[in-house]
Amino acid sequence: MKDMKISAKNVQVYYGDTHAIKDVSVEIEDNTVTAFIGPSGCGKSTFLRCLNRMNDTIDICRVEGDILLDGEDIYDKRVDPVQLRAKVGMVFQKPNPFPKSIYDNIAYGPRIHGLARNKAELDEIVEKSLRRGAIWDEVKDRLHAPGTGLSGGQQQRLCIARAVATEPEVLLMDEPCSALDPIATAQVEELIDELRQSYSVVIVTHSMQQAARVSQKTAFFHLGNLVEYDDTTKIFTNPEDPRTESYITGRIG
Amino acid sequence: MSAFWLLMIILALAAVGFIMGRRRAISSVQGDGRLLHSLPNYYGFNVAMLAFVPAVLVLGAWVIIQPMLISGQVSTHIPAALYEDAGQLNLIMSDVKRVADGLDAAILQGVLSADDASLLNTETTDVRALLGEVGVALGSDVAPSVLSAAQEMRGKTVSGNLIMTIVVLLVAATGFVAAMMMTRRDFRARNAVESGVKALLIAAASIAILTTIGIVLSLIFNTITFFGMFPASDFLFGLTWSPEGRGGSEHLGILPLLWGTIYISIVALLVAVPIGLFAAVYLSEYASRTTRAIAKPLLEVLAGIPTIVYGLFALTVVGPLLVNFFGADGLGWMQGARSVMTAGLVMGIMLIPFVSSLSDDIINAVPQAMRDGSYGLGATQSETVRQVVLPAALPGIVGAILLAASRAIGETMIVVMGAGAAARLDLNPFEAMTTVTAKIVSQLTGDSDFASPEALVAFALGMTLFLLTLGLNVLALYIVRKYREQYE
Repeated sequence: MKDMKISAKNVQVYYGDTHAIKDVSVEIEDNTVTAFIGPSGCGKSTFLRCLNRMNDTIDICRVEGDILLDGEDIYDKRVDPVQLRAKVGMVFQKPNPFPKSIYDNIAYGPRIHGLARNKAELDEIVEKSLRRGAIWDEVKDRLHAPGTGLSGGQQQRLCIARAVATEPEVLLMDEPCSALDPIATAQVEELIDELRQSYSVVIVTHSMQQAARVSQKTAFFHLGNLVEYDDTTKIFTNPEDPRTESYITGRIG
Repeated sequence: MSAFWLLMIILALAAVGFIMGRRRAISSVQGDGRLLHSLPNYYGFNVAMLAFVPAVLVLGAWVIIQPMLISGQVSTHIPAALYEDAGQLNLIMSDVKRVADGLDAAILQGVLSADDASLLNTETTDVRALLGEVGVALGSDVAPSVLSAAQEMRGKTVSGNLIMTIVVLLVAATGFVAAMMMTRRDFRARNAVESGVKALLIAAASIAILTTIGIVLSLIFNTITFFGMFPASDFLFGLTWSPEGRGGSEHLGILPLLWGTIYISIVALLVAVPIGLFAAVYLSEYASRTTRAIAKPLLEVLAGIPTIVYGLFALTVVGPLLVNFFGADGLGWMQGARSVMTAGLVMGIMLIPFVSSLSDDIINAVPQAMRDGSYGLGATQSETVRQVVLPAALPGIVGAILLAASRAIGETMIVVMGAGAAARLDLNPFEAMTTVTAKIVSQLTGDSDFASPEALVAFALGMTLFLLTLGLNVLALYIVRKYREQYE
């Protein structure tokens, strides 16, 4: 039995008057890739963004219920959301490198959190992160070229490396491959599998094949409800809920 | 027939053309509008357009060209002994025109018949008294040559107007008939109207551009005239500005004015850029939706205040306030209420909405994904703004600042009222100084002769300003455009 990294209990999310997430409880294990699947607008991205309090930046969004990270409530008043986000990193749907050099993109997080004592340490963090992001060999000769000049797949791996650089414990990925071509997707998926050694990874995806390929656990969301949450193999071979079966066989969605 | 009535007739013709064209189109398909290529109104517009536009163009051209041609012809008949240069000939020709107008008025009022007017003779009639009776006062007695020239001009104008009436009506009628002939069920009236609309838009755009070119050319030619009278090197590098010193001792050096302009603009930008930029960051990054909805329009009200009101504010409020602190009773740096500081501060306030509103738009254009990326790494809001949003928006913000700078350089009223009129090369910001714009005003509002270097220098000053702001604007547009490409 693996450790529980995140446990969410009875989470409700409201956007103004809209009830976007209805009573979701889920336990996310450490060193595991957990996939959230479901049709568009089912709340999987919203729920993902609750896990590092990214929804705080949206005025009208309200979150109720408990989300515990290593047993501590992340919505507790004493928790600094800024520190939390350093622990729970995030990679977005569209690659969003900053308009800075590749080096500065990676060094951004370590710099604001003071992770390096000197330039040599920072260099080391940058190299380690880029290696983790499986992009070091492609960019090592042009670390000071702008990050926006890379190809889409390289940009996304750069963003993953950037998220890894702050030494997070959990990595949230919101449809990280939806803007990438199949080759870049394969590279990123391979990377996700490697990252599982060190982190707990949560990935939102629209591609059922992707969920099946990279995840060990899968959660199926539908209309703001968590319909089914189980081992990926079980969800894809022998789902309990008829709605899950309809979705994975392509009848709803 | 006068041009005005002619225009009315063409307009009426166009209106009739619209109705008839529409009707003809409908009757060509026996009332079933679906069989027409275009909607019936398009056939009407097409007829109206062809009847109106060419005729009006001919009319306009004729009205402009005919007087030029006639006065050119008539002036050759003025004896060369009466004038020495083109200026005197112009004066005589304006007398001729006045007499000709007087004769017209006399005929209109029934004092003279048309035949009498052409047979009038200075020996038998006192023309000056006669024209005085009908309300046209002349400065001196009418010379025989002037009268005969006036009669000739009148005769040519009358016959010219007659030909114009005929030609214009002919053109209108031709357009009308041609368009009516075209009006059949398969005529593409919609496309014809479309090209008419396009021509209209092109005409509007070219008028704007041609006017600009005209202004620039007039600046250039007058500047060249000025440099013919005054050495360019003294203007460009002279350290003194004292146009009052007549008799060869005048100094028209631009440097003190340029220094004043740049100094005041720098003070203004030092005020406007930080305040405007911070206001923009607050409005776009921190403020809630309601705060933004209230604060942004309020800030933009500042931009709607006429600059003369800012000038008043500078003179009556800011100046005295500064004198309290820096004047003789305080630090003793300041002599009077007018100073670089007074004008600079107030101009800075004027520029705040300019900087903030442009920067706000640019900051908003930075994709939300950038901010999310930064927040997702655990950055605070101000870290995100400082390290991600502002660097991404920087080129646009620089463009906004340059646009503000070119406004500061061109600003006049605040300077006239706030900075004084003393042209001085000084570093003390509490001294009165003046700018290029303020001096243009004072050079042209006096009663000096327009052909003197004191007046013509205004064009050289204007040219300098124009080049300065043009350079800044081009640079700003270039930077802003380059920035746009980054995200599109």
